[in-house]
Amino acid sequence: MSEILLDAAAFDAAIKKVAKDIFNQNKNIADLAVVGVQNKGVLIAKRFLSELCKIAKVSQETVPFGILDITLYRDDLDDFGADMPLIKDTEIPFDISRKNIILVDDVLYTGRTARAALDVLTDFGRPKCIQLAVLVDRGHRELPIEARYAGVRKVIDGKVKVECKEVDGRDRVIIL
Amino acid sequence: MSLNCKDLLGLEHLDKKDLQLILESVKPFKSLFTRSVKKTPTLIGKTVVTLFYEPSTRTRTSFEIAAKRLSADVVNISVGASSVVKGESLIDTGKTLEAMKADYVIIRHSLSGAPEILARNLNASIINAGDGFHEHPTQGLLDLYTMYEKKKKIEGLNVLLVGDILHSRVAKSNIWALTKMGANVAVAGPPTLIPPKIESLGVKVYYDLDEAVKRADVVNILRIQLERQQENLFPSVREYVELYQLTKERLGNAKPNVLVMHPGPMNRGIEISSAVADSSNAVINEQVTNGIAVRMAVLYLLKPSKTANKKQAALN
Repeated sequence: MSEILLDAAAFDAAIKKVAKDIFNQNKNIADLAVVGVQNKGVLIAKRFLSELCKIAKVSQETVPFGILDITLYRDDLDDFGADMPLIKDTEIPFDISRKNIILVDDVLYTGRTARAALDVLTDFGRPKCIQLAVLVDRGHRELPIEARYAGVRKVIDGKVKVECKEVDGRDRVIIL
Repeated sequence: MSLNCKDLLGLEHLDKKDLQLILESVKPFKSLFTRSVKKTPTLIGKTVVTLFYEPSTRTRTSFEIAAKRLSADVVNISVGASSVVKGESLIDTGKTLEAMKADYVIIRHSLSGAPEILARNLNASIINAGDGFHEHPTQGLLDLYTMYEKKKKIEGLNVLLVGDILHSRVAKSNIWALTKMGANVAVAGPPTLIPPKIESLGVKVYYDLDEAVKRADVVNILRIQLERQQENLFPSVREYVELYQLTKERLGNAKPNVLVMHPGPMNRGIEISSAVADSSNAVINEQVTNGIAVRMAVLYLLKPSKTANKKQAALN
């Protein structure tokens, strides 16, 4: 049994809302860079970026884009037993110092992924600031971390699954 | 993703899927090398002991850097300065390290099978850093990875190993890994340095290097172990140089994009000429860089967990 949290239209509206909020607080696009957290955060980050560039009327190539994988920075690697999680690529092909980084993930839950992602980023250098943007903030934080931008904020007890056109064939968010 | 074992003793017992998993795990570690901070907190709080009963600089250093880049604590024990000289047995030394809560023991030993003895007796993850004439699995893996990185594939690659195959654990690990991955492996060297019946491993034997080199995509040159020359396995070093040194002239018969590899330390002017060692075909220094990334991947994949001991007990 699953409940739909965001259908395709609401999904699109959530992306547009976040992009607009990011633009309103970061008028100087030249200082911005967008970094998505593997896996789905990368896809969401690309959506935010493309909307943001439409609003700001700049080409997408002008905003540096990176992807990062938190596996080596997880705080629960001791719990995996013999089956270690697969490490995915981290590619930050620009100098992050003095940039305003928009860090993007699909869902904000315990805050542990965001914590690890902050550690990855700071190992690349010293950005001017890091702002967290997510599609869904589902509550239940275990660390003092909050998203500055969220498409939807709602405390959800079940499992949240984000589906994206690129890999799942359609855009929606469901609660399992 | 799993290697299904707590130890890395040799490549003989890994299957193609395991080797593929290791190959694919290396790149993310290698990409750390270009960052401003080259460390990750992955193995924080874990202790890695290197226990070397034979001299080594590059392998030990490579393991040490790999472990430190993953934030592990590293303790190096070289046997000349340890209680082994006072007569302690291998198993007792291992037990002592375990009592000190070592999570990994990286061992090099002159006797084939020494790492396996430790693995059977300790809960720590044992990594073989070279045992006798048996195997040197991380060298085999870094050779495999370097070929994979440069040639984009292993299957169908013609790989030639040159020199002292008989005494070389590097050759054995190369042969196991490469044949499993579908490469065509050949060896070339004096008959006295080629182990009998090596063809049964699926390896082609050449005694004429000029002939052997023609088809090769990769030539991996092994070190002539001069310390063994007193066994009189070939008449003289000068004759070896004459027949088996990889020279510019011999390389001229090979494909223009042939990769030249050497596990080090090199005897320039014996198994390899200086001109070849410094040529654009040589990837010897890249092998060293890749060695660190490969060892990081191995440490990661063998990472001990809180539940590991329990699981093992259940299996027994």
